[in-house]
Amino acid sequence: MDFLRPTTLAEALRAKADNPDAVPIAGGTDVMVELNFDKRRPKALLDLNQVPELATWTEDDETLVLGASVPYATIIRRFADIAPGLAMASRTVGSPQIRNRGTVGGNLGSASPAGDAHPALLAVNATVDLASVRGSRSVGIHEFFTGPKRSVLEPDELIVAVRVPVATGPQQFAKVGTRNAMVIAVCSFGVALHPKTGSVGTGIGSAGPTPLRAEDAQLYLAAELEGRWNDPKPLPDNVLREFGQLVGAAASPIDDVRGTADYRRHALSVLARRTLAWAWQDYSSGRWAA
Amino acid sequence: MTSTEQRSGTVAGGVGESPTRPDGVVKVRGEFAYSSDLWREDMLWGATLRTPHPYARIRSIDISEALKLPGVKAVLTHEDVPGENIYGLEHPDQPVLAAEVVRYQGEPVAIVAADHPETARRAAARIDIDYEVLEPVVDSEAAMAPDATVLHPDHGSNVVRHVPIQHGDPDSATADVVVTGEYEVGMQDQAFLGPESGLAVPAEDGGIDLYVATQWLHVDQKQVAVALGMPVDKIRLHLAGVGGAFGAREDLSMQVHACMLAQYTGKPVKIVYGREESFFGHVHRHPARLRYEHGATKDGKLVYVKTRMVLDGGAYASTTAAVAGNAATLGVGPYVVPNVRIDCYGVYTNNPPCGAMRGFGAVQACFGYESQMDKLAAALGMDPVELRVRNAIDEGAVMPTGQVVDSPAPAARLLELVRDRPLPAERAAEADLRDLPGGVSNTTHGEGVRRGVGYAIGIKNVGFSEGFDDYSTARVRLLAVDGEPLVSVHTAAAEVGQGLVTLQAQIARTELGVAQVSVEQADTSVGSAGSSSASRQSYVTGGAVREACRQVRDAVLDLAAQRLDVARAGLELSGGKIASAEHGVLVELGELLGSTSIERIVEWRHRPTHPLDPVTGQGNAHVQYALAAHRAVVDVDVDLGLIKVVELACAQDVGKAINPDAVLGQIHGGTAQGLGLAIMEEIQVSGGVVRNPSFTDYLIPTILDMPPMAVDVLELADPHAPYGLRGVGEPPTISSTPAVVAAIRAATGRALTRIPVRPEHITSTD
Ligand SMILES: Cc1cc2nc3c(=O)[nH]c(=O)nc-3n(C[C@H](O)[C@H](O)[C@H](O)COP(=O)(O)OP(=O)(O)OC[C@H]3O[C@@H](n4cnc5c(N)ncnc54)[C@H](O)[C@@H]3O)c2cc1C
Repeated sequence: MDFLRPTTLAEALRAKADNPDAVPIAGGTDVMVELNFDKRRPKALLDLNQVPELATWTEDDETLVLGASVPYATIIRRFADIAPGLAMASRTVGSPQIRNRGTVGGNLGSASPAGDAHPALLAVNATVDLASVRGSRSVGIHEFFTGPKRSVLEPDELIVAVRVPVATGPQQFAKVGTRNAMVIAVCSFGVALHPKTGSVGTGIGSAGPTPLRAEDAQLYLAAELEGRWNDPKPLPDNVLREFGQLVGAAASPIDDVRGTADYRRHALSVLARRTLAWAWQDYSSGRWAA
Repeated sequence: MTSTEQRSGTVAGGVGESPTRPDGVVKVRGEFAYSSDLWREDMLWGATLRTPHPYARIRSIDISEALKLPGVKAVLTHEDVPGENIYGLEHPDQPVLAAEVVRYQGEPVAIVAADHPETARRAAARIDIDYEVLEPVVDSEAAMAPDATVLHPDHGSNVVRHVPIQHGDPDSATADVVVTGEYEVGMQDQAFLGPESGLAVPAEDGGIDLYVATQWLHVDQKQVAVALGMPVDKIRLHLAGVGGAFGAREDLSMQVHACMLAQYTGKPVKIVYGREESFFGHVHRHPARLRYEHGATKDGKLVYVKTRMVLDGGAYASTTAAVAGNAATLGVGPYVVPNVRIDCYGVYTNNPPCGAMRGFGAVQACFGYESQMDKLAAALGMDPVELRVRNAIDEGAVMPTGQVVDSPAPAARLLELVRDRPLPAERAAEADLRDLPGGVSNTTHGEGVRRGVGYAIGIKNVGFSEGFDDYSTARVRLLAVDGEPLVSVHTAAAEVGQGLVTLQAQIARTELGVAQVSVEQADTSVGSAGSSSASRQSYVTGGAVREACRQVRDAVLDLAAQRLDVARAGLELSGGKIASAEHGVLVELGELLGSTSIERIVEWRHRPTHPLDPVTGQGNAHVQYALAAHRAVVDVDVDLGLIKVVELACAQDVGKAINPDAVLGQIHGGTAQGLGLAIMEEIQVSGGVVRNPSFTDYLIPTILDMPPMAVDVLELADPHAPYGLRGVGEPPTISSTPAVVAAIRAATGRALTRIPVRPEHITSTD
């Protein structure tokens, strides 16, 4: 097995173009497991850990551009204010060791329906920056996933960064697992309220072939919130419930070792109800200007 | 100096203290050498080809492609087994390598040795086996039906053992209140962290030295010798670093395979299972179906208990017969029940083989009888602890087997101890996420969370039962090195992490008053110590070491009397000195010994047990009973079915805490393993196929799942046991599970008849 160690992004893209079979490795928390279990025998590994462009971030008033190999631990520590949903999701990932190594770029690279970053990114309409020697492109997160563990990433491309819009309203993330730490999501849910545009974002994890958005739920809630933004009293129970129902209905889960489809639908509706109530309560605190 | 002063001058680190264990720091630092770390410069690596089918006939095996791979040194099948191609702990029925049929997914069919582990694995994958796939028997009840496929035709039926027990007159007994229930226990795994591994080294005399992580060197030795067709003394076993056991190392795994490959190639051969392979490489806890009927008087006195238990033993017998014996004899729990009928069946199926796991049959039964006690309390409108206390056994009680409990059995007191502890504080209004169900996954900030409290008590037999010749051997040598006395203790008892090495040294210090004790590496050059299981090693190997030390002490005092020409009576050995009340210190022990060494080898037995009557189930089958009780406090998110165990309190009678820290360690660890069975640990099997053979989906509790514990340790001496001690390792596993489930029932109002409890059971989405 070859081990390629580019030290600049340009070198990395060149190496990927020359070796489209090379498997990029960032934190290695997915790649090394696959190698250990002999699920993959790549001809080459493309180590991204020496590529400074991928390990940095920039932020302005509107966007956090998060390098693909920034680990979860950094996200939790630094970006809880501007990307609260992603930071909350990051906090649920694995264990301290995994959060020190694991990255959002790797989560996207694996494109597992259970990846915890995905619902949070969906809820804020993040954009994924991809690059190859042929050039760069940006793909909306909702177009990124094409199937279970499949994405639009071309063989010669790398994920460079994720553009996360700076939060202008409250965000929440919650994940169900059958133990209280170190657990793969049975299902997960992210919600983001966007008071400036009067819109609502959602993301569902582990309850379909790809991470999903609950579009009907988003539209329903945006309509319900119209007129409430300036006078945020607690949301009536029926609104919370209906939102929960619609989120559950948006999922297309299966029965597997981790849980039944029925449970996933049910749990998603509970998570949606609760996370919305927390988000709205946060909004009511006056912290977020409409 | 008076003799009392001399005694207080005895060396530190003896019985009743908690000296630091020699393996503790290195294990924490990651420096301990486990069996998977074994290494020889010239060694080969073995790999095992396992069948993917739960039940199939082997039409042909073609190894030619595997042999072609460069680096491959041997590819062996059943045809190459030199001795008898059969082994088994109680009842040999399992092939070393499958010959005609495979009976469970993961059964070994061929083995390979190569110069690199990956080469060995790839070669194994090239072996071509033509299977005729057969319809597996996967339901334990269906396996007992008259028309069921008989999986072991020699045995005649799929029932490995039926244990009936009849006590009093259960048929005509009538009761004011009757409750019935059906319960199910899923398949738990021991989930030790150190996978099966060992190194077989061919020796010049044609024999083999096998370094291996196991629980009982001599029982391995015997089975390996039979399979290799070699005399027992040519197979020498040495205990390698054991990374947990919990019963999963009682049966053979890679032992014979590594020896076959070493013998064939003339080279040392190492085999290490991977994590996934490990799930197929050892037996699991028997899944169980339990049907109970309890009858009681209006004021809560048990009148009768009837139960039918079916334990799924999977494809091979392993210890199923003994597990069934335990489940039956302990089947009503630590309660006085005048009329009892028990029918316990252990059966063959094509599911993964099941055998020993901490609690060994008592775990399954306890979930049944304790669930019933709660149900009965509810039917009577009585407090569940009060009901238990009213029926609790004590010394002198008669068990359903007719056996009289002849040492302390403080069941009521243990229950009262956990009941009377202050309850943990109510959940804070602004609780930290880590203190809530779901943890940092942020599923609730208190919504839907209800608290529940549950109680349970369990009972376990200590040691091997039903007439088994249960003994241990200890060789103790006293010598002087540079004038300082030193004791060497040698047994074949397996240190599996429980602290047995430390304990043997403690006993030697106490008995011989010598500070320096060296516990030698366990191997088969000394006689059998029996198994590190059944909570028995402190009792049996502890008993052997104590007796050997006492004989050495007698010999040294004889020597002193002779050399110093003083009366033997009144001489004492303490604090490294020979003294008497009359003369004070007579001589330093080191000086007395000079170049003399004194050695005694003792084979020590606990008092005999007896078989059960095959029809009535009567008999003094057990040597000792051990009890523990738990109170569980849980917070349940009733909307999501997620659980946070808030506190577990345990009270256990240990007779005598030989090493109090080790006792606490066993109570904490056993309780955690019971919690795991209650709410998360299950090997999910469908159609005989394991669906979750990894730690990704076989979940064991983390530090956010296992709560702080409040522990009461009672020391009520058992007059029959060395130092009065009572086996410690298993009881805390047994009652922890039903206590947690009872607490979840209290929080949710759900019946919860199956463990592990899943979120689906609480939210009706299964
Ligand atoms: C014990 C354990 C617990 C875990 N728990 C969780 C959990 O709770 N939630 C969760 O979501 N995940 C979990 N994971 C999975 C894993 O940690 C995450 O998916 C993580 O985000 C992967 O990041 P990484 O940097 O380690 O990726 P790597 O393993 O380095 O790579 C993952 C994939 O992405 C590709 N890749 C990486 N970087 C790039 C790039 N810049 N461009 C193109 N492709 C790229 C790789 O080729 C590979 O296919 C867990 C893993 C383990 C071992």
